[in-house]
Amino acid sequence: MSMLKIENLHARVEGKEILKGLSLTVNAGEVHAIMGPNGAGKSTLGNVLSGREGYEVTAGSVIYNGIDLLALDPEARAAAGVFLAFQYPVEIPGVNNTYFLRAAFNAQRKVRGEKELDSMQFLKLVREKLKVMQISDELLHRAVNEGFSGGEKKRNEIFQMAVLEPQLAILDETDSGLDIDALKQVAQGVNTLRSPERAFLMITHYQRLLDYVVPDFVHVLADGRIVESGDKSLALKLEAQGYAGVAERHPAGASV
Amino acid sequence: MNQPAPLPLVTALLDAPLPPSGIGWLDAMRHENREAFVAGGLPDTRVEAWKYTALRALSQRRFVSGDADAQTRTVDASTLVLPGVEGPRLVFVNGAFRADLSAIDTLPPGLTLQPLSHALKGDAEPLRFALSRSASMGHARGASDAFTHINAASAADGVVLRVAAHQKIGAPVQLVFVGAAADASVAWHVRHIIELAEGAELSLVEQHIGSGESSHLATLVSDIELREGALLHHLLLQNASSTDTLIRQSRLRLHTKACATLHVLELGGALVRHDLQAELIGDGAQLDTRGVFMPHGRQHIDTQLAIRHQALNTRSSSNWRGVASDRARGVFRGAMVVAPGADGSDASLSNKNLLLSPNAEIDTKPELEIYADEVKAAHGATVGQLDERALFYLRSRGIPLHEARALLTTAFCRAVLDDLPNDALREHLAELLIAQLPQH
Repeated sequence: MSMLKIENLHARVEGKEILKGLSLTVNAGEVHAIMGPNGAGKSTLGNVLSGREGYEVTAGSVIYNGIDLLALDPEARAAAGVFLAFQYPVEIPGVNNTYFLRAAFNAQRKVRGEKELDSMQFLKLVREKLKVMQISDELLHRAVNEGFSGGEKKRNEIFQMAVLEPQLAILDETDSGLDIDALKQVAQGVNTLRSPERAFLMITHYQRLLDYVVPDFVHVLADGRIVESGDKSLALKLEAQGYAGVAERHPAGASV
Repeated sequence: MNQPAPLPLVTALLDAPLPPSGIGWLDAMRHENREAFVAGGLPDTRVEAWKYTALRALSQRRFVSGDADAQTRTVDASTLVLPGVEGPRLVFVNGAFRADLSAIDTLPPGLTLQPLSHALKGDAEPLRFALSRSASMGHARGASDAFTHINAASAADGVVLRVAAHQKIGAPVQLVFVGAAADASVAWHVRHIIELAEGAELSLVEQHIGSGESSHLATLVSDIELREGALLHHLLLQNASSTDTLIRQSRLRLHTKACATLHVLELGGALVRHDLQAELIGDGAQLDTRGVFMPHGRQHIDTQLAIRHQALNTRSSSNWRGVASDRARGVFRGAMVVAPGADGSDASLSNKNLLLSPNAEIDTKPELEIYADEVKAAHGATVGQLDERALFYLRSRGIPLHEARALLTTAFCRAVLDDLPNDALREHLAELLIAQLPQH
């Protein structure tokens, strides 16, 4: 059974149809890259999968590990193992990063019927993860994302992912706004987390992240649908030819 | 010409005997204040300072004056305990001093602490100035006159606290006011006179709690005088019964280089009003006020802050947060005046508010008047809702919606309590905040 099966997904934002029949299958252990021009619906896909309000699914289905993902609240999706690394991580003044992460960690464990960790046990786990992710522990003492640089915010997303250990990680333009060093660091974090049990959906505008996190599959999202799929060479082709070529091969309204 | 029928509240207060003191000037002062109250009546919402707080329902109620059984009311001693607070303690039940619950047998050197009722039995003359002044202050803004008069006429007890020059009192002094359930609704009144002499230091924790479902009316008036270089930290924790009415006036005067830090947490009461008037009358005086008001259910909590900079290089900063849920109402007015000649003053005020329910309401009004030169001033107020993006962020990590709301709301309030130096107390306050949050 595949981990994630999206079929003919249609979704609207503020009355405007953004996803127009998107289908995609992801199996455990796979890394899928979703590429496409601005406005194609890339971020909408990530938001619909994680349950953000304001996105109305008008047709189609999303089956995750045999269950209807769209019927779950965002917190239930998280507990089921779905993680969204935000394109724009939110600053939350007054909420300590470690406290927040432990609350999330324990809330998920509670739903799964697992034992919650006390603050000492959790701190030990966090320190191990920090070492692997090569992140300074100074991040732990600050309020969630408050005053973080763009790179720190993205690294914090990957760090949260490392602690929460999701089955399905959706990375929404995690590479955007990063300099090359930060990009490498984020990529290294993602590579560390790759495993046969875990799948990744990497939403990106540019090919450069894929130099460091090599995907098994590359899909082109245009006008709300996957219009082309291939291996990593597709990303290189897009880089060379741009998205204009895609539009010519798959004019709007044409079926796949 | 038809006379309107006198209001039940006014009638009841008029019928009650004034507390006999046997002191000529005090009895005269009490009579004068009662006359003044009758003549002026209760303010209505046409009076600017009472625009958002209607007293119509209160004026129709009757209260018994004082609680004859105050000395024998049962109070759970554990409710008097606050983490991180172990020092001298004065406890009042329905406005009457309770020696059995208090701890003032051994006081640190330099500290005078006694109930007003005791102080008046001794030499009352030193209190004459402070007690007589009460009726004349507060007139500047026309605020709370009625309750000032009621209090001055009726208060038979309260706190008299003095710290001698250059004495630093280590342990915090705790003042506890218990509203205890009685057969009838009681009106009780307390009057405090607090003075820190030159260079004195004191930490004061004032606590209001309920014992059972009382529905009393309390008026509380305090005068706090900080002499040159004195340092006061004052925490006011108001967690009265949710059916009580509390009308409070705090008047603070800061002399040269005096410093005061005030933390306020308003949680309880049905109708709560706090007029806080501070005058920075000495050069270099500094005042920091931090507060959280958190009405829920049908509570109404009104804070009126008035800070006057009257001397050179004075500084005040005020940071208040309001959170209203259900059908509750919060009111905040923050007025800062930099008087002529108060050059080099620095005044800032911020009031941010959170509405957790579509039926909740918060009215906020910052005011700034500057009549001096080289003044730094900033003020701002906002009313909003929980940040949907932050809520989704927390939920996307697995934190359930109600927990996410609690986390964000507590963080919002804690921002103004974080500089409270007493760790144990600060954590306790945070727990009280969480307990006050809607449970759904």
